[in-house]
Amino acid sequence: MSVHLEENIFYDGRIRMPYKWAVGKTGSFFLTQLRDHARIWGSRCPDCEMVFMPPRKNCPRCLVTDTTWVELPPRGVLETFTVVHFNEPSLQPMKPPYIYGIVKLDGADTGLTHLVNEIEPDSLWPGMRMEAVFKKANQRRGEITDLLYFRPEGGARQ
Amino acid sequence: MTDIAIVGAAQTGYRRRIDDANFSEMVYEVTSGALADAGLSIDDIDNFITVSNDFWDGRTISSMAVQDACGSSYQGGRNVSTVEGDGTFGLLYGMMRILSGAYKTTLVVVHCKGSEGNMRQITNGMFDYIYTRPLGIEATAAAAMQARCYMDRYGLTEEDFAHVSVKNRGNARLNPHAQLAAEMTIEDVMTSKMMAAPLKIHDLSPISDGAAAVILADRNTASKLGRKPVWIKGIAHCSEAHYLGDRDLAEAPALRDAAHRAYGMAGVENPFEEIDVVELYDAYSYMEPLWLEELGFCPRGKGGELTRLGATAFDGPVPVNPSGGVLSAHAVLVAGLARVIEATLQIRGEAGERQVEGPVELALAHGINGPCGQSHCVVILGE
Repeated sequence: MSVHLEENIFYDGRIRMPYKWAVGKTGSFFLTQLRDHARIWGSRCPDCEMVFMPPRKNCPRCLVTDTTWVELPPRGVLETFTVVHFNEPSLQPMKPPYIYGIVKLDGADTGLTHLVNEIEPDSLWPGMRMEAVFKKANQRRGEITDLLYFRPEGGARQ
Repeated sequence: MTDIAIVGAAQTGYRRRIDDANFSEMVYEVTSGALADAGLSIDDIDNFITVSNDFWDGRTISSMAVQDACGSSYQGGRNVSTVEGDGTFGLLYGMMRILSGAYKTTLVVVHCKGSEGNMRQITNGMFDYIYTRPLGIEATAAAAMQARCYMDRYGLTEEDFAHVSVKNRGNARLNPHAQLAAEMTIEDVMTSKMMAAPLKIHDLSPISDGAAAVILADRNTASKLGRKPVWIKGIAHCSEAHYLGDRDLAEAPALRDAAHRAYGMAGVENPFEEIDVVELYDAYSYMEPLWLEELGFCPRGKGGELTRLGATAFDGPVPVNPSGGVLSAHAVLVAGLARVIEATLQIRGEAGERQVEGPVELALAHGINGPCGQSHCVVILGE
């Protein structure tokens, strides 16, 4: 098929798809506790005794379902982090540069991926003690972002 | 050792945007290219695997939208099945369908156009919607946390990673299919724009459009063709946990496991000594040394040294990504099958200017999918 091409046509599309995702019983307990009491709960496997954060209904390693709840302190250790410099306003929760980290809460065996704030990136190091900062009670909505971010234990370091 | 061979292969050039072809047209190009390469006609193909991703394509059941172009609707339709994942997983699936005894040949075709969607929004969509996606994290920020973890564990440096970019973009100059080819210095990489620390823009693979196809055949069919078959000697696919925080990001146990299984099938005991060329899925520069460690080419933590010493250079003892790798062209999903095709060309001695020195008797190709290499497929190809 031979044609004299004057231009390549592009079609601009956008998909907007509403969803209403069930969080499930385990996640619902976690999120209501976060919303109502600013408390963080992990799940412990009765077999391997590992404590998972976020909590799972079944142990991902042993596949047993009778996991138990363990309350975790809002404190832990920074395992790794990145300082995001690129701009993607459609996605990003704040203007770059900003920081993501994985924090292993004391007593948990897995890390929680979240935001890190109130510190200059150059002062951050893996292994640093961190603490959770929560939204005010009347602003919490039962979402993971009710936990605003982690900051160095003991408060801001600029 | 399996009884399945790659008997035909084709790939498009990889470009930032392929303006003048839609998905189906790209698929048709590589389908007809692979058939011509094999010396087969569409009548000879009795099974089809199409590989794609609905988020990237912006439509549901995207894998069923290319049937007119890949030939599976030929003469009222042939058996077709689909994979949403890397092209190497499609290869594994296609191979198993032939091994079932129901088919003699299989066309595996994969397409993706990174240019048409928003890479960051799409890769944000791979994270769970309860705990992770609301944070706005996507592939590059997650990879940067893995890079940091890896550096901290073993004392690797950003310069170690820069060496990989310099090598692979340099190799890409010999590959007409590559998108980014350049003579670069370590300083060029180190001073390039910071994206997500410690990763700079030259540590990242580009956004690409492209398609690739291979034709697989059973031993009986492969042996009758004029072209030298390239045998799948070993193959395995393994996956890690979904949540980043469940994983030790400085390691890739799924890759270790997949390599162990694939080596076992192929009878490989010492990969550094036995494998002649490696094509890895280096979506980010740091991945190449990390994957090489888990593949057993060097001890843990020594992947950076391996690159710096030139062991993985084009003329080194184990050339890694002589094509330029994924750092030089990254059509998502396609990139794993592209690694298989590059390894196939090396074994045939048909890699043109990018043909490595010496006879290539055994090659390793590798594909990944998911954040920070959550799942890995290792393919050992040989004469």
